[in-house]
Amino acid sequence: MIEIKNLHKSYKMGSNALHVLKGIDFNVDDGELVAIMGSSGSGKSTLLNIIGMLDVADEGEYILDGIPIKNLNETKAANYRNKFLGFIFQSFNLINYKTALENVALPLYYQRMPRKQRQEKAMKYLDQVGLKEWSHHLPSELSGGQKQRVAIARAMVAEPKVLLADELTGALDSTTSYEVMDLIQKINDLGNTILVVTHEVDIAHMCKRIVYLKDGVIIKDEKVKQVKALAHV
Amino acid sequence: MFNRDTWQEIFLTIRKNKLRTVLSGFTVSLGILIFVGLVGMTNGLQNTFEYFFSQDATNVIYLFPGRTSMPYKGYKSLRQIEFENDDLEDIKKNFSMFVDYISPRIFRSALVKYKEESNNYTTIGVDWGQQFAEKTIMMKGRYINQEDVKNRTKNVAIGRLVEKDLFGTNNSMGQFIDVGGSVFKVIGVFQDDGGDNEERQIYMPYTTRQLIEKNTDKINQIVIGFKEELGYTGAMAFERSLEKYLKDKKYINPEDQNGIFIRNVADQLKQNQDFAGVLAIIAALVAFGTIIAGIIGISNIMVYVVKERTKEIGIRKAIGATPRAVISTILLESIFITTISGFLGMIIGMALLSTLGDKLMDDYFILNPGIGTGLAISATLLLILFGSLAGYIPAKRAAKIKPIVALSDE
Repeated sequence: MIEIKNLHKSYKMGSNALHVLKGIDFNVDDGELVAIMGSSGSGKSTLLNIIGMLDVADEGEYILDGIPIKNLNETKAANYRNKFLGFIFQSFNLINYKTALENVALPLYYQRMPRKQRQEKAMKYLDQVGLKEWSHHLPSELSGGQKQRVAIARAMVAEPKVLLADELTGALDSTTSYEVMDLIQKINDLGNTILVVTHEVDIAHMCKRIVYLKDGVIIKDEKVKQVKALAHV
Repeated sequence: MFNRDTWQEIFLTIRKNKLRTVLSGFTVSLGILIFVGLVGMTNGLQNTFEYFFSQDATNVIYLFPGRTSMPYKGYKSLRQIEFENDDLEDIKKNFSMFVDYISPRIFRSALVKYKEESNNYTTIGVDWGQQFAEKTIMMKGRYINQEDVKNRTKNVAIGRLVEKDLFGTNNSMGQFIDVGGSVFKVIGVFQDDGGDNEERQIYMPYTTRQLIEKNTDKINQIVIGFKEELGYTGAMAFERSLEKYLKDKKYINPEDQNGIFIRNVADQLKQNQDFAGVLAIIAALVAFGTIIAGIIGISNIMVYVVKERTKEIGIRKAIGATPRAVISTILLESIFITTISGFLGMIIGMALLSTLGDKLMDDYFILNPGIGTGLAISATLLLILFGSLAGYIPAKRAAKIKPIVALSDE
């Protein structure tokens, strides 16, 4: 699903260049649930942003489901993000003046799907994350866990090839975190490919594979026995 | 760009962000409202000027006798100057190429009686030319003519209100009235745009008035209608040579400002038109400034709106909004708000002006203020255009924002 070869990325900090990714080789197969672990500054978020086409690499290859991702203009990147990727952020990033349903339906709006159809579909995914009754509430009326579940529904509504989650439990307490991870596991069990960036060991162990990143290189890449989040709830 | 969904999205954004919408809309409305108001008031002021000067002819010079303030050629100062009949003849003779008509004006107040009714009125002894100077309009009969003056007839033309006072609903034509002890025949009734006072006057041949006053040849004032083709410069030249001639004839020191007073309506008109013109320019500058201020206002709001929405734009881009979609949403929202509120301000402004009419006439000299619809619409469109342009620049910048930058902007 994802093929990455010799990926380099550096940021210019004044006159110095900060070399963040120093040659990443990395593949993800269909249906995997991968955790990318590392301390802050290890380059894990940069890697995720490049995979998410929110940022571009300086060097290296990135192929998503057989499509080489390079030389993208803004419009094309936007279309690819819309069709291929679903984002889940640490701070939820819901639009505060839109209801849960409207937030979930927004990616479909950018696909030019008719209004009625997109509301039906958004409702279906809200139902899947267990928030059907909350569809007409604003984000400010939802708890952190509910907000993140709305964000997950929004990430899934366009049926992307890959879900990218950046510290999705970072703003949640541990019980809520496990609930959210339980949802992620269930979505994965349905066959969705999911990448989770985290620095929390217990969250990482709820995935099926952990990639350890340190100072811009992969130091360890191992399959792990998945800990079911439900056990902790 | 114009599909229903885009608009639904825009309406939703507008509905959910009422304060922002109201603020930017208010700026635009106020800008246009002030513009329309200023231009309208200036037009009202000009209407007033035109109205004042339309009541009397503008190609007219009035001569008033004064009292000298300097001794000259053996005459002491403080000598009362008087005009006489031969002054009329001399002016006619010497300035024939300038003068269209000339008339003396002898003002006398008189008790006027008809049957049981009586009242005090101003009578004016005139020649036929006075009718043109005052733009007197005859409702019935005729004005004083050359024959009246030559034969010293006891004919009078009375104002509309004089007839109303003395005759009520009866016809005054051909009736005889008692004017200060002499009997006159009413030969005409006139009206005058100059107002009620001018319609309470009575015109009689000046020669008749002089006959009543022991056959004197003194006259109060002189009105000269000069040929219109003289234009402003010609009128000023005529005024100067006339002044020189009369001062010479009446033995007044050429430097003396008080011997004779000359009121040149053409000069006053020019001065007033210049004044109104300057006012119009000032008002136009202020009005233009208002539009500029409106544009700056809406630009500021747009910059703020985009800034405020940076994160939202980042989210939208992350979930697949193209730069074009971002720009069109922001731009259409801004065009929509400026258009609605711009035309609202314009309509309110024009409606307010039209209700004013002549209500401000007495205190502020503003008559029928109004603005050309074309000008109002152009100004509104200008504001919409620049408002959109002002929205486009930050929108374009917003579209370029990298989603990661926008999203980390907490």
